[in-house]
Amino acid sequence: MSEPILEARGIVKSFGRVRALRGASFTVEAGEVVALVGDNGAGKSTLVKTLAGVHQPDAGEIRFAGETVTLESPVAARQLGIEVVYQDLALAAELDPAGNLYLGQEILRSGVLGRLGFIDKPEMRRRADASFADLGVRIQDTGSPVATMSGGQRQGIAVCRAVTWASKVVFMDEPTAALGVVQTRNVLDLIKRVRDRGIAVVLISHNMPEVLEVADRIEVLRLGERVARFTRDQATLEQIIGAMTGAIRHEEETAR
Amino acid sequence: MSSASQQLPSDAEAPDEAIDGEEARPWWAALVASQSIWIGLILVGLIIAFSILRPASFVSVANGRNIATDAAVLLVLAVGQTFVIITAGIDLSVGAVLVFSGVLATRGMSAVGGNGWGTILVGLAIALGCGLGWGLINGFLVAKAKIGALIATLGTFGMALGLAQVVTGGVDQSDVPSKLVNTIGNGRLFGEIPWLVVIAFVVALVFGVLLAATRFGRHTFAVGSNEEATRRAGISVDRQLLKVYALAGALSGLAGFLSVARFATTTIAGHATDNLQSITAVVIGGTSLFGGIGSILGSVFGVFIPAVLQNGFVITGVQPFWQQVAVGAVLIAAVYLDQLRRRRRQ
Repeated sequence: MSEPILEARGIVKSFGRVRALRGASFTVEAGEVVALVGDNGAGKSTLVKTLAGVHQPDAGEIRFAGETVTLESPVAARQLGIEVVYQDLALAAELDPAGNLYLGQEILRSGVLGRLGFIDKPEMRRRADASFADLGVRIQDTGSPVATMSGGQRQGIAVCRAVTWASKVVFMDEPTAALGVVQTRNVLDLIKRVRDRGIAVVLISHNMPEVLEVADRIEVLRLGERVARFTRDQATLEQIIGAMTGAIRHEEETAR
Repeated sequence: MSSASQQLPSDAEAPDEAIDGEEARPWWAALVASQSIWIGLILVGLIIAFSILRPASFVSVANGRNIATDAAVLLVLAVGQTFVIITAGIDLSVGAVLVFSGVLATRGMSAVGGNGWGTILVGLAIALGCGLGWGLINGFLVAKAKIGALIATLGTFGMALGLAQVVTGGVDQSDVPSKLVNTIGNGRLFGEIPWLVVIAFVVALVFGVLLAATRFGRHTFAVGSNEEATRRAGISVDRQLLKVYALAGALSGLAGFLSVARFATTTIAGHATDNLQSITAVVIGGTSLFGGIGSILGSVFGVFIPAVLQNGFVITGVQPFWQQVAVGAVLIAAVYLDQLRRRRRQ
């Protein structure tokens, strides 16, 4: 088996006296959907932020495609092809979808105007529309501000933006938490399409039926440590819940 | 791609949706949705009303020139204020920075002596430099020191105005080169259009394009729309804020220079409410105090509505004090429109 695309080994992270991660490990294989589950306070968010370069681990190792890396900032993670869709989506509501997709990486016009900083709005819009169509994100009027759009459309735009810049791994933090039934279905389909492009998706979710549907593998975090790993075929709801609550433990104790 | 079969339905529907979208939102929809068009129509309506009431005196080249000249300096301030308000900030220091820059520019020109373009350029450089300096201080206080824009610029408002008075002992400086007063201050392009008006409109045009069509403008909107999202997109929010406040400061410096050129003196006591007037103009023009929305075109309309009202009331014999009442009402209406627009979107 080839090296995992992204791997955390024995990550320790404390905030003051709170030990959020106590030697947590996590593995993402290329082109898979892996669910990261755990009860509230298990350390999911901290682990994701550590792997996205937001937090620096106190101890432990992060490996990217088999090499040890230091993610000193979100920009460093982004340069490796790692993007995060946060729960708040981080969209600029007054900009249109294309503006959000290319925020910070605007396409400039050619020639002198481009050197003066003029942005190429039609080109960004054209490419954004193509990205949305490609991933099946439906937006009727791509010229209106994101503020006028539904929760599902916003989620689609945020995912689309992440996928546009992520070549390797996309983290999605509770992507369906605020969505209705139909919109949730669309986002789950979207996750599968992203995976089919060869980009690994890490799904953080509390919704177990959803996890069992889309995830190829499931890793369970409890009290700052990985306590169990399942493939979809092995996993049952009882086992996952058992691991989350501490009734089942597969993994060896790691350094405290 | 393995998902091709999954995409077929959406691909098949996409063109229909695009057509629906076009039908639901014709080309003029964006114009109707934009507040600056409505404000522009109000301005046109005012001009038509006063023209009908007093065709002889209101509709004349001389009167149009008066209105535009009165509005020119405020327009330069309002352009900078527009950028600041789009970042969800506010700049209360513009009038004080105008006075400070005017005073130091006059002192500088006086010290250099002479009545040539060289002296005038020295004055311009001093005014721009002073404005830029205060703008950088504002930007630093807001972006780095995290002092709210309201308090930071209220502080620099007091400091700049106070220092201008310390330097002059509170006495207006009138040693202004006559060449400056006769050309930029009161001269006209082709003998018709006052240079002050030409300069103000060139400033509005250049920075209007900068705001609407460049990366700098886009990042300005983004900071005001969602600061955290802008930061996560890898844009330096602090640097963008610093630049925006520096721009507003430099434009206040330019306005100070233009004001000295026009009045041949520093008018220290005459700019206490410039900040409120510029904010009023910007907000009437459809720029949202919550940030993320706005345009320079709207601010141009917003500057001219009070100016036309003032002039029209004088000409029609209405007590000009009513202008303040009317402008206040327009301001409240403009903000209410903005609120309605935001509520409808949620």
